[in-house]
Amino acid sequence: MTGETDQAKTALLVLGCPQVPVQTSIALYLLNRLKKAGIVPVIAGNKAANTLLVVADPDRHYLGEVMDLDRAIALISEKKRDFTLCFVFIHNDAGVTYAATMNAISQAKIYPVIYGEHYEDLVNQIDFGCTKIAAKAVHNPLPLKKGIDEVAPWAA
Amino acid sequence: MGCVESMNYEILLKNGSFKECRDYVLKNFSEHLDVQPGFRLFDMHVIGVPPIAIGLEGDFIIFPFTKPCHGTFLLRVEDTAEAARLRALKK
Repeated sequence: MTGETDQAKTALLVLGCPQVPVQTSIALYLLNRLKKAGIVPVIAGNKAANTLLVVADPDRHYLGEVMDLDRAIALISEKKRDFTLCFVFIHNDAGVTYAATMNAISQAKIYPVIYGEHYEDLVNQIDFGCTKIAAKAVHNPLPLKKGIDEVAPWAA
Repeated sequence: MGCVESMNYEILLKNGSFKECRDYVLKNFSEHLDVQPGFRLFDMHVIGVPPIAIGLEGDFIIFPFTKPCHGTFLLRVEDTAEAARLRALKK
């Protein structure tokens, strides 16, 4: 297994459906903060979510490795790879499902990043031990950025 | 889970929540097994909130399938060998 044992800390960012605008903005922000802290970030999402980031950062100032979400699930499930930290972007029931899955298959410290109109309902659905970052953010990323800054997961 | 698209599947529930799919399996299929996320089914890894209920009905396997943009679907797929493998795991 590779990832966290002998080298720098790593972080997996599990992207949800990109229909809520703040996701791409917050993902780029988090990538920047993690990289500045010496943590190697990896993006895992579906094609649309990944493409939004790749197009926004063509010179890869923020992005490093980008992989398909199903492939990431497979690698972690088969114990071929794992990460130090895992951020799961959540704005619907599917996001909660992915967070629970990551909590079950990965040794990473899990940070659900919960946003959208119905973020409080989603927060209540997450009952495993983790550090939740949540805000009612749809178009304006600042409430969610504030939540991330308060937790400062890159310093943990 | 790219292989799902190539399967001959029936959708029992769509755009639902994970809990709705689990409740449906428990209510409608007397034979089922609970598995953990990451469990290998066909050539994919099951995603879900544990425990994940997989239903069995003859040679048919009933399982949840989550897509980030569309929620969780409950699918019904016929596969004699995989159904036998799952039954063997129950023993």
